[in-house]
Amino acid sequence: MSDHEYTPKSKFGKWFNDRLPLLTLANHLTDYPTPKNLNYWWTFGGILTFCLITQIVTGLVLAMHYIAHADMAFDSVEHIMRDVNYGWLIRYIHANGASMFFLAVYIHIFRSLFYGSYKAPREIIWIIGIIIYLLMMAAAFLGYVLPWGQMSFWGATVITNLFSAIPLVGEGIVTWLWGGYSVDNPTLTRFFTLHYLIPFLILGLVVLHIWALHVPGNNNPVGIDIKKPSKDTVPFHPYIVIKDGFALLMFMIVFAFFVFYTPNILGHADNYIEANPLVTPAHIVPEWYLLPFYAILRSVPDKLLGVVAMLSAILILAALPWLDTSKIRSAVFRPLYRQFYWILVADVLILGYVGAMPAEGLYLLVARVATAYYFLHFLVILPVLGWKEKTLPIPLSITEPILGGSPNLASAKNKESLNK
Amino acid sequence: MSEKKTNRRDFLFTATYAVGAVGVGATIWPMIDQMNPDASVKALASTEVDVSAVNPGKTITVLWRGKPVFIRRRTQDEIAEARSVKLEDLKHPEKDEDRAANPEWLVMLGVCTHLGCVPLDQKGEYNGWFCPCHGSHYDISGRIRKGPAPTNMEIPKYEFVNANTIKIG
Repeated sequence: MSDHEYTPKSKFGKWFNDRLPLLTLANHLTDYPTPKNLNYWWTFGGILTFCLITQIVTGLVLAMHYIAHADMAFDSVEHIMRDVNYGWLIRYIHANGASMFFLAVYIHIFRSLFYGSYKAPREIIWIIGIIIYLLMMAAAFLGYVLPWGQMSFWGATVITNLFSAIPLVGEGIVTWLWGGYSVDNPTLTRFFTLHYLIPFLILGLVVLHIWALHVPGNNNPVGIDIKKPSKDTVPFHPYIVIKDGFALLMFMIVFAFFVFYTPNILGHADNYIEANPLVTPAHIVPEWYLLPFYAILRSVPDKLLGVVAMLSAILILAALPWLDTSKIRSAVFRPLYRQFYWILVADVLILGYVGAMPAEGLYLLVARVATAYYFLHFLVILPVLGWKEKTLPIPLSITEPILGGSPNLASAKNKESLNK
Repeated sequence: MSEKKTNRRDFLFTATYAVGAVGVGATIWPMIDQMNPDASVKALASTEVDVSAVNPGKTITVLWRGKPVFIRRRTQDEIAEARSVKLEDLKHPEKDEDRAANPEWLVMLGVCTHLGCVPLDQKGEYNGWFCPCHGSHYDISGRIRKGPAPTNMEIPKYEFVNANTIKIG
């Protein structure tokens, strides 16, 4: 299969492939041996690729009509919504597409957490993924500023001011980011440039992410190393292509529901008011996908430490392959980890909820407890679990639990007939 | 590889790296510095404001370098309140006398020192300003009294050009 020497059938194909082995690459991607027990949680890689392409294509079209100028940006977005043919559709796909992108990436990340996909030998895939996630957050933030509404302006002000927490050079960095003494036109034009750049950086990293994946091959729900190719694998095409395609269709139904029925539910009404540097909206909240980190920022009463806690909450993920000391990948065979996993899921959801609420009273208390637990999970629970937990026996192959012992189908069938 | 001696080649390598590093740095710096405030932004560095129409107990907000500046004409009660606060009670101890040379006029940047929102006038637990973003309370001298902001609201450089005109910046 993928390791075999590939020779194109046609004479031209052979001539071309000898000079640029694109057909070898295509053959590798088609025949790529995939564990045959991959479930639907594994379809989000393909869904995320779709999200990225959607954002790039709709973004390209929007950029043909958008004007990155403090005096014109707001009106140009309304112009897109009202005058440009299908402008409303393209903008709603782009705006909701960001949310769908994050929905998919969170499922993708939590799938990795459950099945231990970040563990050796897949650490580099995981770290590239974390970098992609960071770039996604940057792109989402920069994009949110472009319509130049009240939330755009004040979101930009608050987020760029996070850098002012850095001792000594903080204020200088903020002025440098702004290109002035407040968020203004120079800020908008550079944000637009960077917003346009980042998706292509992500695209490059996605190529590396997949390349790194294709070296050891996919992890799987059982979490064991498998022989490739073997009875435990199926070729990527057509098996995974069909499965990914079906999951993508289901995902697009959800996507379309938001675009066509509630296109503004994930946004804020304040962003339909043009930016005003003299008035701050009464309640500033980031987009839903950033709320857990916002809750962590606000739960720390000190400005610098709050920023440090928020950044650590994201960067700690990069150290996960070394924090989780357990040799067993899949939570299926880790009875204790499985419970802590679901507590972490609940913890992040709670952080997201209190991040949307005012930082006072009970909400603040809950945010502080949830923040402490978040770090406890990664820094204490995971390392300790690795040597305390009594794991369940893992099967020798994917087929073993089903066919009783051997990945060799013929001998398994023999055994089955003996049992009768 | 038995003996390690510095020879001409090592010197050439080091010299080449050093010159290369300076060259790269000199090339990158303009790319970084172009993002700093440009000449046209810096040119807007001062604003003159006519304050003759401001009555005691009122605040006006003017825009200076893209940021709001609060100009409050304080009442006698407010001045007395601001000056009676003990320095020990303050998170960022500053005398009101140092913040408002002319006690009737408080001129300060209307920017919360936490994350840059604009605080609301005559709100909060200290009858000064209250920031709606993350709940910082300021007193009638613009000093931080409660909440996450680390310092008092900043006093810009300003002067009275004449009795009715303030020049900020």
